[in-house]
Amino acid sequence: MSTAAEHPTYNYKVVRQFAIMTVVWGIVGMAVGVLIASQLVWPALNFDTAWLSFGRLRPLHTNAVIFAFGGCALFATSYYVVQRTSQVRLISDKLAAFTFWGWQLVIVSAAITLPLGLTSSKEYAELEWPIDLLITVVWVAYAIVFMGTVKVRKTSHIYVGNWFYMGFILTVAVLHIVNSAAMPVTLFKSYSVYPGAVDAMVQWWYGHNAVGFFLTAGFLGMMYYFVPKQSGRPIYSYRLSVVHFWALIATYMWAGGHHLHYTSLPDFAQTLGMVMSLILLAPSWGGMINGMMTLSGAWHKLRTDPILRFLVVSLSFYGMSTFEGPMMAIKTVNALSHYTDWTIGHVHAGALGWVAMISIGSVYHMIPKLWGKTQMASVGLINTHFWLATIGTVLYICAMWVNGILQGLMWRAVNEDGTLTYSFVEALEASHPGYMVRALGGAFFLTGMILMAYNVWQTVRKDSKAPVASSSAQTA
Amino acid sequence: MSPFWNAWVWTITLVVILGCTLLLLATRRSEPHKEATEETLGHTFDGIEEYDNPLPSWWFQMFVGTVIFAVAYLGLYGLANVKGFYGWSSVGQYEEEMAHAEEVYKPVFAKYASLSIEDLQGKPDGLKIGQRMFANNCAVCHGGTGAGAHGFPNLTDNDWLYGGAPATIQQTITEGRQGAMPAWGPVLGEEGVRDVTSYILSLSGAEHDADMAARGQQQFQALCTACHGADGKGTQALGAPNLTDNTWLYGGSFEQISHTIRTGRNGVMPAHKALLSDDKIKLIAAYVYSLSNK
Repeated sequence: MSTAAEHPTYNYKVVRQFAIMTVVWGIVGMAVGVLIASQLVWPALNFDTAWLSFGRLRPLHTNAVIFAFGGCALFATSYYVVQRTSQVRLISDKLAAFTFWGWQLVIVSAAITLPLGLTSSKEYAELEWPIDLLITVVWVAYAIVFMGTVKVRKTSHIYVGNWFYMGFILTVAVLHIVNSAAMPVTLFKSYSVYPGAVDAMVQWWYGHNAVGFFLTAGFLGMMYYFVPKQSGRPIYSYRLSVVHFWALIATYMWAGGHHLHYTSLPDFAQTLGMVMSLILLAPSWGGMINGMMTLSGAWHKLRTDPILRFLVVSLSFYGMSTFEGPMMAIKTVNALSHYTDWTIGHVHAGALGWVAMISIGSVYHMIPKLWGKTQMASVGLINTHFWLATIGTVLYICAMWVNGILQGLMWRAVNEDGTLTYSFVEALEASHPGYMVRALGGAFFLTGMILMAYNVWQTVRKDSKAPVASSSAQTA
Repeated sequence: MSPFWNAWVWTITLVVILGCTLLLLATRRSEPHKEATEETLGHTFDGIEEYDNPLPSWWFQMFVGTVIFAVAYLGLYGLANVKGFYGWSSVGQYEEEMAHAEEVYKPVFAKYASLSIEDLQGKPDGLKIGQRMFANNCAVCHGGTGAGAHGFPNLTDNDWLYGGAPATIQQTITEGRQGAMPAWGPVLGEEGVRDVTSYILSLSGAEHDADMAARGQQQFQALCTACHGADGKGTQALGAPNLTDNTWLYGGSFEQISHTIRTGRNGVMPAHKALLSDDKIKLIAAYVYSLSNK
């Protein structure tokens, strides 16, 4: 489908494959998201079909957007960045190809088993043990390719983006193996090896670090390359990147307890979860500051460059949600926010605003270079996509804030005799308008992704009208 | 927690917090430029350079601030085996809040403590409280209006499984009930189940096959009368339903009745004595009583 010439040094084939699948899985994952958001507005949309019901599609949505869309974006960018900043080709084309096909197999297996109702029931780790084993093998191959490439680099130092990618790869391996430890009963059923409250703690140690390392550290690696590259500015502060990198990975590890405030988790683990989450604020913001300050001196480019807009806005949402997170980890705030839609809003501030936007910006940056073009087929469409994504995210987050605070207040309201003022159903009924706005926001975001797919196709197809880059620019 | 795990938790916590703080302070101290600079580190990665700018001081201060807060918080709230200055525990907080609630709401219920369920029928405020507690505790099964649902009795129709006297209702809520209709499928066989079903339909005057009902009557007399009585009017002491009044807990169609006979039923009303005080149960009972006693 492409006219792209092979790059003389780098392995761009695997990057191209992952970049295309980022867009494809993005559309799939977000479409499922819009469907289940609509089911919460119009329950009839499950069509009385088990495999279309919310309970089965919700894990499909989360797995598809995190591991399929986000995962492919991380593979694509990390392979691109590590080659260009280390000035060497990936150490093994075969192993890299294995990670691509292996990862796609994981995704397809997930897309089949989750609607069938096969689940280990661990949030963000629902896949059953045979798929977990496959993930482990693919991940180890990924670690070998990435770290092996860093090891043979031609530059004297390891670029900061690659520290983050390596932190992400290493930690996700540990998280996945420890949390997924299970006793298989049949081919499609297993039970966690951890009992009761320990299982809950392991699950949220994993769950929160999936956010911390998969969705934060990995994407910070992306940010550290594409923001300076797209803006043409040096990184603001090397020192800041050193401090916030180590502090981020050290404190994130202990923050998971905040998912289990006021549960049977021992008090000290809850206290520790809260305290570490608060300390996490500054290390998280270190990345935002470094990205934002890198852009100072290049602000005028925002007027003409919608890709840069994606990157800047993603950093803003990153800063906002990493402020919101520590705040929600405070026990008093959590007592109001926990179990409400506020949590869903917080997650999507990060997922749509940060993870998706930085990925979209990065893919728009890479696609023309991977296919030997000077720019995307339509810069105007990138701009339209940018506004759809931004408006969609804002609609989504605001709807969930309103719903979350509404639910929190309604659930705790008591009459003068100590009875609850509202039943659960009353709070649900009051949430209905918010659910409509949320579905609308999701639809905006999904529409943007579809435009992106069209634009990417117009750039990479054989008789693409996107201007061809000169060969010297291509190899640069 | 054993001394080992206590030491483990403390060590990790302090190493992480101190480690971050020391790295922060050391980096800050070694800065060659205290103001914004154009100086770079001298490396280039795919054309990207890095400035040697100092840590932004507001960020540095925020970092130090959160560390100070964290250490103070651990001192106040404790960690591992060490109780904090506040002596806080989540169980303690729960008990404190419950005791506080007890204190605040006691006078509300004290007003009705000396009144009987019958007396309460003339107290709209008391019935209102009962209704709210019903909504919080009972509506999940019996519905917001007490009209019940499939498998959950209607409390408004003056048709009672265990009796509708005030004291009986109170006892039902306090101690709970355990319905036990045995499965007769294996004993009766499929034909027997259908015969007995026909007989039961005949008891409430529903459409039925007379021959089957006649055969079913014999089976009924042998197996069902111990609980449902010779006339099929039920026994409230056992919670065995009246089968003649055309009120059905699990549905009154041929299929539904035969399913009940074939596989049995095990309705459960949970006991509420561990969840609600006697005063509260009395107010709920008064409300439930009022639903059918108009």
